[in-house]
Amino acid sequence: MTSTTAGQLGGASRGKGSSVLLKLGYALLYIVLIVVAALQLFPLVWLLFFSLKSNQEVFNLPPLSLPTNPRWENYGKVWSAGNIDTYFLNSVWITVVATALTVVLGSLVTYAITRMKWKGSSLVLGLFMVAMMIPVHSTLIPLFSMFNKAGLIDHPLSLILTYVAFNMPITIMILLGFYYALPREVEEAAIIDGCSVNRMFFQIVLPMTGSVIATTSIINMIYNWNEFIFVNTFISSDSFKTLTVGVQNFIGQYTTDWGAIGATLMISILPILVAFLFLSDRIVEGMAAGSVKG
Amino acid sequence: MDKVMSNKKMIALYVLPSLLLIMAVVYIPIVLTGYYGLNEWNGIGAMKFVGLDNYSALIQDDNFWSSAGHSLLLAVFSALSLILYLIVAMVLSARLKGSNLFRKIYLIPMLLSSVAIAQLWLKIYHPTNGIMNSFLESIGVANPPAWLAEPSLVLFALFIPILWQYAGFYILIYYAALKNIPTSLEEAAKIDGANAFQIAYKIKLPLAMEVIKVTIVLAVVGSLKYFDLIYVMTDGGPNGASEVMASYMYHQAFRAYDFGYGSAVGFFLLVICLIATWIIRKMTVTKDTIQYS
Repeated sequence: MTSTTAGQLGGASRGKGSSVLLKLGYALLYIVLIVVAALQLFPLVWLLFFSLKSNQEVFNLPPLSLPTNPRWENYGKVWSAGNIDTYFLNSVWITVVATALTVVLGSLVTYAITRMKWKGSSLVLGLFMVAMMIPVHSTLIPLFSMFNKAGLIDHPLSLILTYVAFNMPITIMILLGFYYALPREVEEAAIIDGCSVNRMFFQIVLPMTGSVIATTSIINMIYNWNEFIFVNTFISSDSFKTLTVGVQNFIGQYTTDWGAIGATLMISILPILVAFLFLSDRIVEGMAAGSVKG
Repeated sequence: MDKVMSNKKMIALYVLPSLLLIMAVVYIPIVLTGYYGLNEWNGIGAMKFVGLDNYSALIQDDNFWSSAGHSLLLAVFSALSLILYLIVAMVLSARLKGSNLFRKIYLIPMLLSSVAIAQLWLKIYHPTNGIMNSFLESIGVANPPAWLAEPSLVLFALFIPILWQYAGFYILIYYAALKNIPTSLEEAAKIDGANAFQIAYKIKLPLAMEVIKVTIVLAVVGSLKYFDLIYVMTDGGPNGASEVMASYMYHQAFRAYDFGYGSAVGFFLLVICLIATWIIRKMTVTKDTIQYS
């Protein structure tokens, strides 16, 4: 690998000093990459460090000193104090329910668009795709008043409905590519054998789309887990808040305890970091596919 | 086959739930935003139809235009930063060892919630204990500023974490586009004696142009409607110095309880985003798109 790269880079410059120059250029490229990586990671490392410190350590020691005596109790303290455990569980179940609904409903639509014959299918697809261009904020006030009239303000259903609707377009877009590429012979044979549409979808097609369902699920989960503006606007009672808004409120009360704030932030981002550790390829794939989502 | 697959009941069953949902949650609210904007309304009581009053007030509202100016400034910065991201992606695509790992590391901030990132950067900018000012003091800056309290600095201080958050995302998109360029083109150029910079500028850049256009639209429209970090970090302050269009809308509706005026701002935001998309598409249309097979 290294030698082929070296060959490519050195193609133009030949002569005595070329190998030294080549190594220099090579080192320079790596320096660029490492500096960018450091910039991206550095704030997060600092966060991890101060989440394990006491205020005294934060204020008196150099910012990047290792926590000499890591205070894991910061985590235990915030977990039980200030409802962080409730917020965490709310985030989990709302994320899971909204993601499952989006992926199932999105698969049904994609199946109908790619496999069934009906007038208006391209119009319907267009409606889903155009919805991606609409700024969430322009819908916020009407959604608030609609949910208010329906008695869904301060009710988790308001979150689930909006999450499913706003993530549906990108989900369908990712699914579409996969469905178009899926061979149809199996389905044709199944129809001839008298298989019903439902059985075919649930027992034949859905199991074949496992990998793309994994990709759309993880992308949906990240979006739902991090969502802030809808929770902040629709939900007022602590028992229904999710982590994003909960963390925001909690930190508002504990502005002076750096260790507690750091631990709270770490708890809120940890599930994403763990998911990233194991599923980074799928996340990268989904993010690239989701590039049109605003 | 055709008969089974064009059963209207089945089609309705598969499509209608999602279609109704997206109509109710996305399209009807868009129409309602425009309509609410024609009314005087506090969100709870009766609406009073006032015609175009809100919209004409909006056009004369200096606070709105200053927030629109801030959004535009963010759009310009985001678009310019794309050049940096493109350069990093070019370096990544030079087939270096570990480029896949680097690409993933860059993406991490993009995956985290805006609230967590905002809270973290609040600490980074903390006037006395934040890492920004600790660093500045350590290199001999006597009185580093209170970044987020300084009206002349606050906007730029906010741009840094926004660009930081999205960097990995754009690098990822550019990297994927550059990877798609067949190596044969690059090799042919090398045989003809082209150097690395010529290859980047004359071959890779034109071939990635379609993707670059898409990212310009994404960056500009994303900036025009930007809200999250600004809302959490400064809430538009100090004294409106970091107010943007979306936060202005939010404040009008949910702080001042002027739902009619807030809706007018929201509708304006929608129109501006759609116009911006259209203009950029028009401006970047090329007559002959370059093909590579």
